[in-house]
Amino acid sequence: MKNKMKGRAWRFKDNVDTDQVIPAEYLITGDPKELSKHVFEKVRPDFAGSVKVGDMIVGGKNFGCGSSREHAVRALMGAGISCVIAESFARIFYRNSINLCLPPVECTMEVKNGDLLDVDLVEGRIQNLTDGRLYSFRQFPSFAILIMQRGGLMRYVEDSCTE
Amino acid sequence: MRQTIAERIFTKKCGKIVVPGEIVEADVDYVMVNDITGLPAFEEFEKLGKKIKPIANKIVLIPDHYVPNKDVPSAKQAFAMREFARKYSIKNYFEVGRGGICHQIMIESGFVAPGRLIVGADSHTCTYGALGAFATGIGSTEAAGVFAMGKLWFKVPESQKVIIEGNLKEYVCGKDIILNIIGDIGVDGAIYKSMEFYGSTIKNLPLSDRITISNMCIEAGAKTGIIPPDEKVFNYLSGRVRGGYDPILADADATYLENFHYAAKDMVPMVAKPYLPSNVIPASECGVEIDQAYLGSCTNGRIEDLRTAARILKGRKVHQNVRLIVVPASKDVYARAMREGIFEIFLESDAFISGPTCGACLGGYMGVLAPGEKCVSTTNRNFLGRMGDAKSEVYLASPATVAASAIEGRIVDPSEVKHEK
Repeated sequence: MKNKMKGRAWRFKDNVDTDQVIPAEYLITGDPKELSKHVFEKVRPDFAGSVKVGDMIVGGKNFGCGSSREHAVRALMGAGISCVIAESFARIFYRNSINLCLPPVECTMEVKNGDLLDVDLVEGRIQNLTDGRLYSFRQFPSFAILIMQRGGLMRYVEDSCTE
Repeated sequence: MRQTIAERIFTKKCGKIVVPGEIVEADVDYVMVNDITGLPAFEEFEKLGKKIKPIANKIVLIPDHYVPNKDVPSAKQAFAMREFARKYSIKNYFEVGRGGICHQIMIESGFVAPGRLIVGADSHTCTYGALGAFATGIGSTEAAGVFAMGKLWFKVPESQKVIIEGNLKEYVCGKDIILNIIGDIGVDGAIYKSMEFYGSTIKNLPLSDRITISNMCIEAGAKTGIIPPDEKVFNYLSGRVRGGYDPILADADATYLENFHYAAKDMVPMVAKPYLPSNVIPASECGVEIDQAYLGSCTNGRIEDLRTAARILKGRKVHQNVRLIVVPASKDVYARAMREGIFEIFLESDAFISGPTCGACLGGYMGVLAPGEKCVSTTNRNFLGRMGDAKSEVYLASPATVAASAIEGRIVDPSEVKHEK
């Protein structure tokens, strides 16, 4: 897990569901690259073609609600998204993000599409480099940090099974 | 001790007193995956290497989303599940023709019982709370983790208490109750929390309606939705449940984060308009003309739901501009509907009957909608593009409302269609 990251913001509204992130008809593979070709296809057809490695998603309330499909997190990671910031997360999406090491940052912030953001996961700080505003967020639970620092849930499982 | 059902189940599973907000690792009784969420779980598990074997007796594999295989990629997914079951001698695998929708099979086949802790790589795993279990949806990777370890990390949730008292009006059922509640508290009204349901209305509800209520708690963001187990549950499980179980109720003075009170007499048949399950109005005020009506899913594909629809459809025809698709939730539901003459009523009304699968619910298989088409559906989600094109629309309603609307060609309150008693 990288502790500091910089990237452009993609602004989304409240209640982005995982059907929006990756429609059901593409749930025929778990491959992040393959899934990323269709990320946000129905709601933001320009997204998959113009997203760049390191970009960030900034959502509102209840980001990632609906289906448990981990494919949503994989599609975002395949597209190069470095972290998802939202006012609140739906719980399965939140768990999937931690387990796969896509940091889910709970923070309410003002941001426009294309703003450049600087995120420090250790300090719990986000700076909007475009308008200069500074935000702080609550640190992840210690168990979540443990999983992300080990490189994801399966590394934790591997260590636990071989201990 | 002043613990809710959720807290008491985690306390028992962890062997120590837990409090809401605490992160614990707990042993689970079963972990279920379907054909869509299974593949990534199998791939993650195989990366662990040959020394680590899955805990086969805790794993349940149920293909239901894209089976019978709709195309070559979905065939490969289903194949991967079959192979995983063979390779590790996993007995709890439900091949096409022996199963149906995963949540219905988990309940019918006796995996679900009061006091159990069950996880499933499908968000509607919360359904099993209707039988007094703590059950919740997880991702594929963590399902793979449970295959290996038999346990998983949980944040002990805070609990909300929903109390509903009194008698329901004719045609008002579990679906209308949960749509009313989601409309009230919103799609994030129970986020991260466990909902518990009490009151005389809940006590008097048939198990199938309780299952509908627990099923849709995820639509309010809840981690699970638990109904205290009673005689109805114990009778249902008699001769069906695998192994023993220990019913767990809340302490009399349990503390809840919030309490919600509803009067059953105030509830009417509801419809959730696009694009959120919280966007509800009374069915009587909807009137939207429809192209498709859908009766099925883990929410409302049980025999009781089919009986309700058949009572309304008997001797009537589906509207000329509408196709009605009926998908029983399991082989057992299918067989009963056939034996009870319900299929005959559906066929005579011009409905299409499918084998038991997730069907059109998630828009990736059959029953997909064209741009501009509208469907009234007994399913659980009406998100943008959920059942097909981004410009199609899904309206969520009860089996009675769907049947009545299929006849009328527009969404109506079921009392507008007089049925034979």
